[in-house]
Amino acid sequence: MEKKQTPLGYISFSAFAWVVGLLIFFPIFWMVLTSFKSELEAVSIPPSFISFDWTLENYVEVQERSNYFKFAMNSVILAVGSTLVGLVFAVTCAWAMAFNPTKRTKDALLWMLSTKMMPPVGVLVPIYLMFRDWGLLDTRFGLIMVLFLMNLPIMVWMLYTYFKEIPTDILEAARMDGATLPKEIIFVLLPMALPGIASTMLLNVILAWNEAFWTLNLTTSDAAPLTAFIASYSSPEGLFWAKLSAASTLAVAPILVIGWFSQKQLVRGLTFGAVK
Amino acid sequence: MGAIRLEKVKKTFGTLDVIPGVDLDINDGEFVVFVGPSGCGKSTLLRLIAGLEDVTDGKIMIDGIDVANEAPAKRGLSMVFQSYALYPHMTVFNNIAFGLKMAGESKEVINEKVQSAAKILNLTDYLERRPGALSGGQRQRVAIGRAIVRNPAAFLFDEPLSNLDAALRVNMRLEITGLHQDLKTTMIYVTHDQVEAMTMADKIVVLQAGRVEQVGKPMDLYSKPANKFVAGFIGSPKMNFLGGELAAKHGCHEIGVRPEHLVVSTESGVIPATVKIAEHLGAETYLHVQSDEFGAMTVRATGEMPLSGNDKIFLTPEQDRIHRFDAHGLALG
Ligand SMILES: Nc1ncnc2c1ncn2[C@@H]1O[C@H](COP(=O)(O)OP(=O)(O)OP(=O)(O)O)[C@@H](O)[C@H]1O
Ligand SMILES: [Mg+2]
Repeated sequence: MEKKQTPLGYISFSAFAWVVGLLIFFPIFWMVLTSFKSELEAVSIPPSFISFDWTLENYVEVQERSNYFKFAMNSVILAVGSTLVGLVFAVTCAWAMAFNPTKRTKDALLWMLSTKMMPPVGVLVPIYLMFRDWGLLDTRFGLIMVLFLMNLPIMVWMLYTYFKEIPTDILEAARMDGATLPKEIIFVLLPMALPGIASTMLLNVILAWNEAFWTLNLTTSDAAPLTAFIASYSSPEGLFWAKLSAASTLAVAPILVIGWFSQKQLVRGLTFGAVK
Repeated sequence: MGAIRLEKVKKTFGTLDVIPGVDLDINDGEFVVFVGPSGCGKSTLLRLIAGLEDVTDGKIMIDGIDVANEAPAKRGLSMVFQSYALYPHMTVFNNIAFGLKMAGESKEVINEKVQSAAKILNLTDYLERRPGALSGGQRQRVAIGRAIVRNPAAFLFDEPLSNLDAALRVNMRLEITGLHQDLKTTMIYVTHDQVEAMTMADKIVVLQAGRVEQVGKPMDLYSKPANKFVAGFIGSPKMNFLGGELAAKHGCHEIGVRPEHLVVSTESGVIPATVKIAEHLGAETYLHVQSDEFGAMTVRATGEMPLSGNDKIFLTPEQDRIHRFDAHGLALG
């Protein structure tokens, strides 16, 4: 039996949720505020909250100093590219694991996930050397490969969980109806798993968009995405907080907008199967 | 054409020997029912025929050609699942049309075949709906429609009616029987339900632990069961098995008497017993009785019987309805 929610319990829960939400949101809020301050005001103590001279000069300067759109375009290509490549591998992999499991399937899944526990810096040197020798440094192709491989375990895990919810009978019915394996996957499995696939893709785009370790280490200019754009505004000398904030705001804006419009989808996908 | 022949078909899952070796002949146009206790391998055998499981060993011949290593689609069979297994994201029309599309039929042919199947199954008004918006019976009809349009060599049904309520089950049973009479296509039907097995089958296959216990016409299994297992499995309520002196008098280890073949008397008879529970159904009466010598027994008497708990009665088996079994449970002639 479910316990009835008392008004007091409800209020304290809501208050707690709001506090946590505000704590998480505050740094982003502060970054946006700072991006509208002058460099001097940005570091003044005590910090001014709302009552400062709002200015767009940081945005103007950021625009003049570097080409935002080139970086943004790279971010889009890397995020979407690695997601699409990842999807091809993850769907086939998750199909095999969900519908033709063996004794070792669970182990394989755990092993895949365990690779995410290793600090990436541990493989930086070998990967860097491989990239250098194969001429992949600062190429979009090279980075797409790295990002897709880094996120593949998570994609497989998520898709596996969604696919598990799909009754095998339906796929078998398609087989009886004469569907070949690719057709079974494209016409029956994928449409049925659409919410799960959409949220897997969204999460992967977000992860790839925000990935900073590999993008910073393996690119210099041609393939550099927005993470490199932000990093270029931190400098060892002089005041840079306001400009850095403006650059960061510009960098996170697209993904925030996408996230905002797809939040319903994301929540539905991430809690898929939890409720019937 | 749809003559199916199984030769020494074996199936193991890992170390589990589910089907140790089955031989079976199914004639073209026959309605064959697989029955047996839960877990005896009925579904597995059906799925082997369908090609959804790979045989461990043996041959599956369809019209004389061994298809044991062919993909399901190549075998030209249609299957109706217990869960219906409709494609939830497609309309009824597209559900029925899917197999035809996979076969690369033209739009006109698909449209014509789907419309005619829909007409047979009373689905014409629902063609644009999704399966989620249909009742259980309608869903089952869509599943059957999907099977029909492919014009299969044989239909395979795995407990297709067990998700339906009792009244609908009777209707659908009659519909499937009617369909078989119209199409005259081979059908293999797995069920738990005695009534379905007895009424629908041309031939019943009784399975136990992956072995065929007996194959025969429904009434043959009822009147001449080959062994104790079949005798106890076919017929409801279950046959009574009586040993001891009474069996010895009939020259065997044990005799079997169906509940409907025991004559009830309040004055005299072969077996004295006490009524424990009397179930009055109007047209017939079930008596659950206790006998000192044979333990619990069941009696099925026609009409109304003015009996209730603790009444003393006498039971007499009908002489020509007694089944005799040897010590291994095999029927004696
Ligand atoms: N994929 C599988 N892996 C391992 N064992 C299996 C598999 N499928 C079935 N079995 C086993 O094979 C045996 C027969 O199963 P099957 O489903 O054919 O029984 P059934 O006669 O259809 O039973 P029910 O009447 O309950 O549907 C069971 O013991 C089951 O546990
Ligand atoms: Mg079964």
